[in-house]
Amino acid sequence: MANNVDALYIFLLTVSALMTISIFTMIIFFAIRFRKRAGHQAEQIQGSHALEITWSVIPFCVFMVFFGWGALIYFKERKPPDNSAEVYTVAKQWMWKFEHMEGQREINELHVPVGRDVKMIMTSQDVIHSFYVPAFRIKQDVLPGRYTVAWFHPTKPGTYHLFCAEYCGTSHSGMVGSVVVMEPRDYEAWMGGGGNQPLAVTGERLFSELGCVTCHRSDTQGRGPNLVGLFNKPVLLEDGRTVTADENYIRESILQPAAKIVNGYKPIMPTFQGQISDEQLNALVAYVKSLGQQPTGQTGGRNMATATPKTQ
Amino acid sequence: MATAAVQSGERETYLNHQYGIKSWLLTVDHKRIALLYLMGITFFFFIGGFFALLIRLELLTPAGDLVQADTYNKLFTMHGQVMVFFFLIPAVPAVLGNFLIPIMIGAKDLAFPRINLLSWYLYMIGGVLMLYTIINGGVDTGWTFYTPLSTEFLNTHVITAGLAIFVAGFSSILTGLNFVVTTHRMRAPGMTWSRLPLFVWAHYATSIIQLLGTPVLAITLLLVVCERLFHLGIFNPALGGDPLLFQHLFWFYSHPAVYIMILPGMGIVSEIVCCFSRKRIFGYQAMALALLGIAVVGFLVWAHHMFVAGISLYAALIFSLLSYFVAVPSAIKVFNWTATMYNGSISYQTPMLYAFGFVGLFTIGGLTGLFLASLGIDVHVTDTYFVVAHFHYIMVGGMVMAYLGGMHFWWPKISGRMYPEGWGRLAALLVFVGFNLTFFPQFILGYMGMPRRYWDYSHSPEFQILNVLSTAGATILAVGYLLPMIYFLWSMRYGKPAPANPWNAAGLEWMVPSPPPTFNFDEEPVVTWEAYNYDEIKEEVPVAQ
Amino acid sequence: MPNSPVATANHEAHDNPALLHHFASEQQQKDAASLGMWVFLATEIMFFGGMFCAYLVYRYWYFGDFGAGSQSLNVVLGGTNTAVLICSSLTVALAVRAAQLGKQTTVVVCLILTMLFGVVFLGIKGVEYHDKFVEHHVPGASFHFPGHIPSHPDIPINQQHAQIFFSLYFIMTGLHALHMIVGLGLFAVITYYAMRKRYGPHYCTPVEIAGLYWHFVDIIWIYLFPLLYLIDRHK
Repeated sequence: MANNVDALYIFLLTVSALMTISIFTMIIFFAIRFRKRAGHQAEQIQGSHALEITWSVIPFCVFMVFFGWGALIYFKERKPPDNSAEVYTVAKQWMWKFEHMEGQREINELHVPVGRDVKMIMTSQDVIHSFYVPAFRIKQDVLPGRYTVAWFHPTKPGTYHLFCAEYCGTSHSGMVGSVVVMEPRDYEAWMGGGGNQPLAVTGERLFSELGCVTCHRSDTQGRGPNLVGLFNKPVLLEDGRTVTADENYIRESILQPAAKIVNGYKPIMPTFQGQISDEQLNALVAYVKSLGQQPTGQTGGRNMATATPKTQ
Repeated sequence: MATAAVQSGERETYLNHQYGIKSWLLTVDHKRIALLYLMGITFFFFIGGFFALLIRLELLTPAGDLVQADTYNKLFTMHGQVMVFFFLIPAVPAVLGNFLIPIMIGAKDLAFPRINLLSWYLYMIGGVLMLYTIINGGVDTGWTFYTPLSTEFLNTHVITAGLAIFVAGFSSILTGLNFVVTTHRMRAPGMTWSRLPLFVWAHYATSIIQLLGTPVLAITLLLVVCERLFHLGIFNPALGGDPLLFQHLFWFYSHPAVYIMILPGMGIVSEIVCCFSRKRIFGYQAMALALLGIAVVGFLVWAHHMFVAGISLYAALIFSLLSYFVAVPSAIKVFNWTATMYNGSISYQTPMLYAFGFVGLFTIGGLTGLFLASLGIDVHVTDTYFVVAHFHYIMVGGMVMAYLGGMHFWWPKISGRMYPEGWGRLAALLVFVGFNLTFFPQFILGYMGMPRRYWDYSHSPEFQILNVLSTAGATILAVGYLLPMIYFLWSMRYGKPAPANPWNAAGLEWMVPSPPPTFNFDEEPVVTWEAYNYDEIKEEVPVAQ
Repeated sequence: MPNSPVATANHEAHDNPALLHHFASEQQQKDAASLGMWVFLATEIMFFGGMFCAYLVYRYWYFGDFGAGSQSLNVVLGGTNTAVLICSSLTVALAVRAAQLGKQTTVVVCLILTMLFGVVFLGIKGVEYHDKFVEHHVPGASFHFPGHIPSHPDIPINQQHAQIFFSLYFIMTGLHALHMIVGLGLFAVITYYAMRKRYGPHYCTPVEIAGLYWHFVDIIWIYLFPLLYLIDRHK
């Protein structure tokens, strides 16, 4: 997809260069050809409606091409493919913390296999940051208090710069790292080392320890809604609205349960704001998402090993 | 009433009308107030420029070895705040607008001379607050004050900086109010709207933006100050607030603000191009409508600064589309200026050199805006040096060149003296070359991925060569800016006395002596001619060399 | 808009001492002042507009908590204040009319009444602020707003959201009160000159434009009152 961005860029560059050269040439030409000299009078020209319309409409049409093409790219860029492998990211002053679904944690370095869609589910612990990988032509601000999402599809192994692109204080320029794209075999090897607990399993443990399981049973007897198969489904709220149970919904439900009450349930869920860290929150979200998904090996949830590989 | 001048036998002008510091500090003469502003904005220009120089020196090498990280963050913050709020926004309206608009429309002064003086005092009070902030350790929020960084996570003088800009904002609002009422109510008989110089139209459009936009910045900054003082949560997600609300409120003003900065410059360029092509403007109506169109549509595009901030996909689409709409009137203006030169009788005095520079560089700056309006590209280049290069092309390559062009064009009228033309042309050339060398490499840096506001780029030494070029350009630019300072001052004593109309230009301001008398006109003029009546103006006096 | 008929630019022709030097005629001066005040009011709308925008956003998101906050405000005092302000707008309109007709005593009386109403408003506001302070509804370390959302006895009030309501309440009404104080200052000056019989049919612009400003301050309150005090009252 980076190629698409470059293609649009080159198109814009070409049109702009042509425009610039035309205007510059005309101005220089006029400046010389119509310079002040004896016997030459300036010609008083009022204007020309035809010209005004022409040089309004034609640029406008060209602009609409710029807009449309850019919009198409943006559409794709904002919608991660289904079955992307997911990496939870917590940004803080001044480092990037990554957690793979398999449980590996990384600081400032992100290992991914080539040829698979990767979806970053990101939040900040403090101020606004921005996840920027120039080589992939993607950027997404990372906000405190909610999740934002970015995705990419690496096509070439290598190490690529990761920059924070939203000014965040003293070491903003130090909040850099890299995305390391590996051949699938190397990635398996890297992932295999270290007995990490998959993120969703951590979430399952927390779900039990924090008492969620007492109300959110996997039957209809619970005081809270059954969460199996919840993720990305529409949810009817008691005030009549319908919302989609995305990552932000799950997160908000844990931190501010009174904000959206599910139809037919009482607002008795306590809040966990201030009691769990962002990483624990990520684990819980990952666990809830995994409920009711097709079993994909022991890990559950969307991890690199099971994400649909895409050929170039 | 015997003025100082009359007593000594000289012709009375606004400069010799009365002497003494009180006569300046308590003046209500729009021309004197313009000069008071000139001192302030020149001072702040050099302060902001000094910060820029330090930034460029730091960026010569990848490592952060000149200043500390916190210091660097303060430098780019205060460079932005000082330049935007204390130079770019007031410069043309408060100096040239104040001086010229009453004369151009045939009035004796602005509608509210005392409010004009109040505007200046508000500007100075804001300036003092800004200086206090700088001297006491500065502020490092970025000129954009994004929350919750600025409200919760920094220990610098955010409040005084915010208050400084708040106060200066009211200066801007009152100036806009004065111009709107003046244009509506103070035109001389016969000076209909369709006979107004485009300089006046430009300031009218600018004033609309100042009036409707600046109050929103004022309330936003006030909310940030309250948030810091009382630990409120309006913009802080940890306390239930929304950081994006701040961004929307901030950019609702700060995008139209860039049109406040550029529209007066466009007005200047129209005056200069017509004079030095000896022709009326091509498409007067289109030009006036384009000014108004930019002002209006400019209020509808603010969230193009937020495409990756977390706004919805659909909001992004709408703002991208609208951003392309606002590009059309700007393009029209460039074409019209070029068409004005066609079959003209062009000479190359310093003002015209700056006008050439403006049209060319504004074209490049505007075209790169099209890149940024395109969603797919903006995701890659936003928050990088590409954006920095884009807005400096418009602000510096556009607005500052227009300002300098205007200062040279009207200097004889303001001071009664001619500046030295040779030095003027040299400075214009240095500014043009220095500017392009400074900022063109930054487009490339941005596309390569160098983010903004980076003190240290030692992780990416490949950025260095372009940064070195940029810094080299900055030093040339600095010389280009220093020269006019020096020779304008020199000319006040040693410059050739200027006639009323050294350029044989059209416009009421050229029909009064240089410098003008305090009340501008001996008799209220009655206007019977169209704007830019170059067909009627004979060049008895050769255009000033 | 055609320009007013030209008086020549010689200053000796200006025999009305209230006519400022740079204006060609009294009509031009009056028109300029009037337009100036309308334009200024437009900027004030934008100024308050930013806060209304923040209010609207949070009202939508934190519906219940805002309802609870609103119900804790004293609608009797707020309503009284609304009536007081509307009366003051009446008295100021009467003052303007009296000035136009040259009724010097009426002008002074009406202006003094207006200022009295204004002071009453501020006094009642002070009482309300004091109550809020005592009840710990002032945002800050001692903020405490127990209770539940209107019509939902089982949903507790979110303290953070309620604090945002009260932050906006204090800032919006506080800025409004500041504008009122400025208005009172203006009227004090104008009353002083009115006692010196400065205003009449030939010159009443200051009274008119001060009246305009006061009406604007009144209108802002008429928006603030329902938005802040009357949310969810039917529940």
